Parts: sequence; C-alpha cells; structure tokens
Amino acid sequence: MSERVLLHLRVNGEPVEVAAPVHKTLLEVLREELRLTGTKHGCELGECGTCTVLVDGGPVLSCLTLPIELEGREVVTVEGMSHQSTPHPLQIAFAEIGAAQCGYCTPGILLAAKSFLDRNPRPSRLEIQEALAGNLCRCTGYLQILQAVELAAGRMSKELGSPGE
Amino acid sequence: MAVATKIGVKPRVKAPSPPKPASEQTLHIIGQPLPKVDAMAKVCGETVFVDDLSLPRMLYCKIKRSPHPHARILKVDTTGAQRLPGVVATLVGWELPIPFGILPVSQDEHALAIEKARFVGDPVAAVAAVDEETAELALRHIDVTYQVLRPIMSIEEALEEEEVRVHDYGPRGNIHKTVSLQFGDLEEGFREADHVREDTFFFEGNTHLPMEQHAAVASYGADGKMTLWSSTQTPHYVHRALAKVLEMPASHIRVIACPNGGGFGGKSDPFNHEMVVAKLSMKTRRPVKVTLTREEVFYCHRGRHPAKMWIKTGVKRDGAITAMHFRSFLDGGAYGSYGVASLYYSGALQTVTYRVPRYRFEGVRVFTNKPPCGPKRGHGTPQPRFAIECHLDKIAEELGMDPLELRLRHLVEPFSVTVNQMRLRTVGLKECLERVARRSGFPEKHGRLHQGVGIGLAASAYISGAGLPIYWNDLPHSGVQLKLDRGGGVTAFCGSTDIGQGSDSVLAYVVAEELGVEVSDIRVVTADTDLTPVDLGSYSSRVTLMMGNAAIEAARRLKPLILNEVSREIGVPAERLRMAHRRVFDARHPDKGMSFSEAVVLTEAKHGTLGSTGSYRPPPSPARYKGSGVGPSPTYSYSACVVELQVDRDTGRITIDKIWIAHDLGKAINPLLAIGQIEGSVYMGLGEALMEEQVFRLGAHKSPSLLEYKSPTFLEMPPVEAILVETLDPEGPYGAKECGQGPLLPVIPALVNAIYDAIGVRIDEVPVTPAKILQALEGRLRAPEVPSFTFPEPLRVPPLSPIEGATI
Repeated sequence: MSERVLLHLRVNGEPVEVAAPVHKTLLEVLREELRLTGTKHGCELGECGTCTVLVDGGPVLSCLTLPIELEGREVVTVEGMSHQSTPHPLQIAFAEIGAAQCGYCTPGILLAAKSFLDRNPRPSRLEIQEALAGNLCRCTGYLQILQAVELAAGRMSKELGSPGE
Repeated sequence: MAVATKIGVKPRVKAPSPPKPASEQTLHIIGQPLPKVDAMAKVCGETVFVDDLSLPRMLYCKIKRSPHPHARILKVDTTGAQRLPGVVATLVGWELPIPFGILPVSQDEHALAIEKARFVGDPVAAVAAVDEETAELALRHIDVTYQVLRPIMSIEEALEEEEVRVHDYGPRGNIHKTVSLQFGDLEEGFREADHVREDTFFFEGNTHLPMEQHAAVASYGADGKMTLWSSTQTPHYVHRALAKVLEMPASHIRVIACPNGGGFGGKSDPFNHEMVVAKLSMKTRRPVKVTLTREEVFYCHRGRHPAKMWIKTGVKRDGAITAMHFRSFLDGGAYGSYGVASLYYSGALQTVTYRVPRYRFEGVRVFTNKPPCGPKRGHGTPQPRFAIECHLDKIAEELGMDPLELRLRHLVEPFSVTVNQMRLRTVGLKECLERVARRSGFPEKHGRLHQGVGIGLAASAYISGAGLPIYWNDLPHSGVQLKLDRGGGVTAFCGSTDIGQGSDSVLAYVVAEELGVEVSDIRVVTADTDLTPVDLGSYSSRVTLMMGNAAIEAARRLKPLILNEVSREIGVPAERLRMAHRRVFDARHPDKGMSFSEAVVLTEAKHGTLGSTGSYRPPPSPARYKGSGVGPSPTYSYSACVVELQVDRDTGRITIDKIWIAHDLGKAINPLLAIGQIEGSVYMGLGEALMEEQVFRLGAHKSPSLLEYKSPTFLEMPPVEAILVETLDPEGPYGAKECGQGPLLPVIPALVNAIYDAIGVRIDEVPVTPAKILQALEGRLRAPEVPSFTFPEPLRVPPLSPIEGATI
C-alpha cells in the first residue's frame, strides 16, 4: 500500500477532499475513491477517449491525468452534466436519437461534445467529427452520435437566442 | 455445435404457413422510434457495468499469462507471491482440473493452463490481493518454468506439421475439424454450365474490440452459494460451465450478466477469468473482482477466423448457377471455442441468397498458437460472403451482365427449401437490391464513373437465431415471465442480455404493446439465472425473434383473464374489448371501460396473484443430416449494399463517399434502434474491409492496443443511407427478423467490388490497405493461395422428399 496524499479538488461543483496515493490517476481517484463510476475506461493508455472528463471546461483523458496537478481546478464528470435535475441537452438528445447503444463510451463522448459546443455552438458536421475523433465507439458507427450532437447544438443555440442567422 | 439425429423421432415437418395479414392488430408501440428504456441511465452515467461494482471486503485478481506461444509448463511456484503482504490467495491450474468450453464437442479449455500454454497470453496462474497494484506486483513473484515448444503460427504450418500438436485431440496433426458435404450431382452441374470460374480469397482475422474490457466479480457466500456478475453475452452458458468446473450444483450458482459495454460476439464464451475469480472467492471467502486490461481483451479474442477460401461456380449464359463448390480453411487459434460451428457456418449460407441447385462444401479448421477465434458479428459468414459476392462480380463481367441483373434474376424463392435443406420464409432481397440500386444510381453509375471513382454492389443473408441450441434438447430457447402489479405496473423477467443492442427495450415494448400499457410501466429484470427464465443469450441474432415471441405468448396468456373480468364488469363482450393507453375499453364506445390497474385489481380479486409465462422454440428444421445443426434458422434476414468510393492511385488511399444499405428485417420493432444496428454493422464491416487485422510476429500479437489495432474513427465514417425493408415474416414477433449482424455482411464485398470499378484491379483479400492497392496497381499483388489438402470423401446428402418439405 502506497503513501496517500490529501488532495483538494472541485468535482461537479463541490469541494472534495480525498486521500489517495500520489501516483493514482484522476480516473482511479474518481472511480475508486469518490465512487463516481460514470467515468469509464477503455484502455488506460490514452488511446480511446472513453475516460474523458472536463477540467476547467476542457476535455482531458482522466487515465493520463494526475489529480495532484488539479488542485483548485474544476473537474466535471458525466454525473455533473445535469443542471440540478434537468439533464444537459446533449444527454437528452443522445437518449432520443439512440446515440448510446451499449453506453460505455457515452460519458466520454458527451463531455467531449459539451466542451466543444461550449466553444463552438454552431459547428459543421466535419467540425464535430474532428472534435470527437479522439473518442472511439464500436456500436453506433458514430452517425447517430453526430445527429444527436447536431440536435443538441440546435436546441442550445435556440435557447441562447440565436444571434442573427 | 453437436450434431446428432435423434433416433426414433419422426420429423415434425409441415409446410410453412403463409404470412399473416399485415395488421390484425393496431400497433401503438411496435414500430415507433422510441428511446430505449435504459437510455437516460446510460447518458447520465448511472448504468452499472461490472467494473462499477464494489462489494465490502472485495479482493482484486490479476492473472499471470504465458509469454510463450507454445510451451510445456514444468512448474508453477507461487510461494514468492504468497509471501507478499496484501496477497490473500493464489491459484494454479491443477486446482481447477475440469475442462470447459462453449460447445459440448470442444471442452478443451482450463481456467488456468495445466500442462501447456498454447498462446502468448494463455493464463497460467492467478492472485487475489487487497488491491490491484499488489495483485499485479505479486504476478512478478510467481515463477513459471516452461519448456518452449515450436509454435504453429499459420494454416499451412498447422496442416503440414504432424508431430508438434497444439492439442492432442482432433483427427490428426493440428486439424481440429473437417467437414465435407455434398448436395446433388456436382459434376453434372459443372457439365451443364456454359461457364465455370474458380477464385481464391483471403480474409484476415480481426477482433470485436468492445469498448468495455471484460470484467467479473464473484462472491461465495457463507450460505455456500456463488454469485457471479460478469460482462457476458451468455449468462446461461457461463452458469453451466461454472457448475461443471467448480463441481457445484447449478442451483447453488447465480450468474448475473451486467449490461455489456459492447459484445459483438467477444463475450459469448464462458471465460477462464470467470472461473478464476469464482474459485478465488471460494478460497478466500471474500468477493473477488477481475477487470481485464485492454491487452488481455485481445488475448480473450474469439474473433473473426482468418480464412483462406476457394470457390468454383458453374453458370449458364444468363448467370443461373448450375453448381457451386466451396472450400474454407480456418485458422482457429489455440482452442475450440465456437470453432466447429464457425466452420459449418462458413459453408452453410452460400445457398440462401441465389438459387444453387448443386452444392459441395469442404472445410477445415486448424489449431494454431494464437488467441482462439470464435464468433464475431456475422459468425463464420462474412468471409464466404466476401468471396461469393466478389466471385459473382467477376462472373457477371465475364458474361457481359450487369452485376445487379445477375443477382436479381436468380434469387431464391420465398418459402422454399434450399439444396442444403435450409427452410426459407420471407425473402426481401429483391426489394433490398432494387431499393439500394435506385437510391444510389448504381445502374447508371457502374462502369461509367471517372477513373479512380467506383461503385460496387453486394447482397447477403443471415440467420435470425440458430434453429438449434448448443446443447441439443427439447427445451425452450427463450422464456419470459410476467408479474402484474395492482398499481398497473408489469415486471417482465427474461434471461436475455442487453449488450447495447436494446433487448431490454424490445422486451418492454412487446409487453407494453400486448397489455396496452406504456413502456414506462414495464420494469424489466433480465440476465439473472436465479430470477429469470432461461434465454440462451445474445448470440446468433436470436433475441428479438425468440424473446419477442416468448413475451407475446406470456402476455397473451394473461389477456383473456383480464378481458373476461372486464367484460363481466362492464357488460361488453370480451372480443370487443381493447387494451391500449393504460385502459381496457369497448372498441365501439372507447369511453366505456376502465383503467388497466382497475382491470388488474378486478382480475386479481377473481384469480389471485397474476403472472404468466411464455416460451419460444424454433420450428424443427427439415434437415436431418450430420452437420445440419448449423445453418437452420426460424427465418433469414436479407441485405443489399452499394458503396461509392474514390481511390488515390498515388497513395493507395481509399475515401468512401457514401454507403447505401437496405435490410429486410421483417418488421422494425423500433426503426430508430434498427437503423442504429444497421449503421453499426456498416461501420464494423467497413473497419474489417479497410484496416482491422489481427496479425502476429514471432509468436506474439503485433498490435494488442487500441492505438495500434486500427479501427475507424468519427473521421473515417462516411454518410450511410439505411433503408428498412419490411416483409412481415410469419415466424417473427409482429413479423420481425434480425438486424444486428446481417447488415455487416454485404459491406465488405460491395466495397471491394467498388475498388475494382474505380481502378480496374481485383483485390481478393481484406483488409484492403493502401499498400495492397499500390501493389495491385503495379501488378505485384498475387492471388491468395489456398493450401493443398485432401478433404475426406463427402457425405452425400440425398434430397428431401416433398413430404419432408422439399419445394421446387
């Protein structure tokens, strides 16, 4: 058993203190120490994008990130995507369009898509493909995911009040 | 699959019934593009996969694997590991001496290798420790002494080498199984032909690559009972294998399949790691979890067999086939797995698309020192379908026929029996071909596009569930149990396993449709051998058809009870009552009636607790010959695909512009999910056609990682137009057939045919990499070679008599 260090993180808007071995990855700390098992893993080598979470709004591979580097920064996992009891428009669109088949790659793709739409609310299909190209999915053939991101983007920009089409 | 003809049992064969009228029933839920019942849980990260489970006092297991492709195990010494603080138990092969395997004829695996390691990655010892790191460290303190043996790494080596054997069973050398079947007078067929063509093809092996790594948690309780949670597609067969290997009564073992994070056939075998954690839990009296690394998933494998194929077909001038002779050579890897079934499948479905009046199939599966091959999406049929569809394209060209025309002219008849005695029901292939051709403009484009741009076509068929179970018996293949609640809720219990295809949703849709309640009123309890009736598992594209029929039967057994009570209460004849929208009401005066929950209360007051069961067993196959256990199905799905692409002659790079695919799925239970299955199949076929390959160097897997094993990303996926063709099959629930595997099949040959259309060179092997394109353009790509091998004399199967179901 390795020595633990006390980490101070903000996860899904809440401050958390957790004692974890210093070499544990963010993925391990989220899943094993904080029991936030919504974050999945497909390789633990940074190859598949499955473990994507947001740090200060940007996507990171939690399997390659050490939480000790994240002191005071904001981590968002799939459990933190909902606004109180209302799921994020991406979550609703994914459910409606059938974009989650087995649902295992879904949390990572949702977060990568959220971060992308936050930066680029009216993307082209190619821009979405490029933004999500680091996330593998073996079930869907990606097409229903693309449709769902487009649907959510449309709804979100409507909500924001579209600045002059 | 075990092959036997029951003595003394007369074939119960009757002519298939014609299709039922399209809609005897007004459907409210079936056919609607509803979200899946578990969709919100999945997008909110609430779905509990096996690795998300954590039990008090749980230990973590790691497995030590062979670094040698082929080696005798002389000694396994775990004392070093046992001395390590935090290690609670170790396990070696002799502690679980009973072999297992998915097929009764191939019980050739052990939880941990005992005498020999047969591939790099074969498990030889295991550890349970307080955490994963300690377990991992402990593996380094296990000493295994090996005597390295010569590895057998190719089909040719396996066929030539007699002395060094991977297994000591099988006919001889490294031959696992041979098949030789003949239907009709082949020589006569070739004599009648105006044109005879021979071709050879090679299909490289590839793997499923589900995003979720296999995981299992075992908990052996103080009550002497075992619970195993596993990411398995077949909890029923895991249950059987555990009982055998642990020497425990099956009634003391409970297997729960958690939702699978993708399967595609890769989680259909009982696996060594499941046996290992179960035994470690018994040894430690603590829960034990194992989660495989991505590299280990590549060693579980059971994926696509590398296949070398030879095909010879005789045709008349109009393209009518007079005879077909097909040979397949399968590289099986180190264990039997589903291999005997895979081998039969590589020869079974050649006859169910176009009329083949005379047919001979010869196949051989060999053992090699690689991870075992098994069933991947399409099980044993994508390889021969690739061969046939490319071969037919060449024949069409030689005859000066349009490849679409050649196919359309010679389709099998619906409700006929093929030469190898497969009974067909609805056949929507004509409509599939016509619709993809029309939507894609194939007839106008084929042979007429610019240099470097091409369009290709292919067709295919697939089983909607295997006609026979793995263990031959008279039991149902799927069972559903319903429990009605006074509040109007319904719980549906079924052993079916949701691997992402949406089987939990289909169960809820069917029950809600039948009982006239909303989908959200249904709670599904699935894939739990203690709680749910047996469903054989999520393989062979069987679940929608079999579970769906079982669910309909269960619901229709309850309905009369409810309708009679409501009838009595409101004074309307039962036959005039309808159940929909949570109400039971008079069809003539819809205001007259009561809520579903009131009706349930009324019925329960009369009959007591309300529940019912339903089950499904496929109709008997007319085929009774040795080897006919593989291929029969309640019905077959059909697909046609057109691929349009560009090939860069300088780099060999292929860009897919668009794919059109039409699939005869009988009836779309949910068109949204059906399209998801079809698009996913297209994607997987595309990966196999363009890049996915499982190759080995110096006895080891060359690319056991997601980075090196190339698969298509968001950027490689072209637009797909999926067309649903509904033929309302009489054997399917509401007419439904499968749609999860069949649509993969035509994608690969359509793509390869399109490459020929684009650049005028034939590439008879997949994946078609840029390097192969360049070699072909330079005339350096040789035709694949098949080994010379003498197959046994064929079993000559006499034709069926009309009374046995023969059709013209």
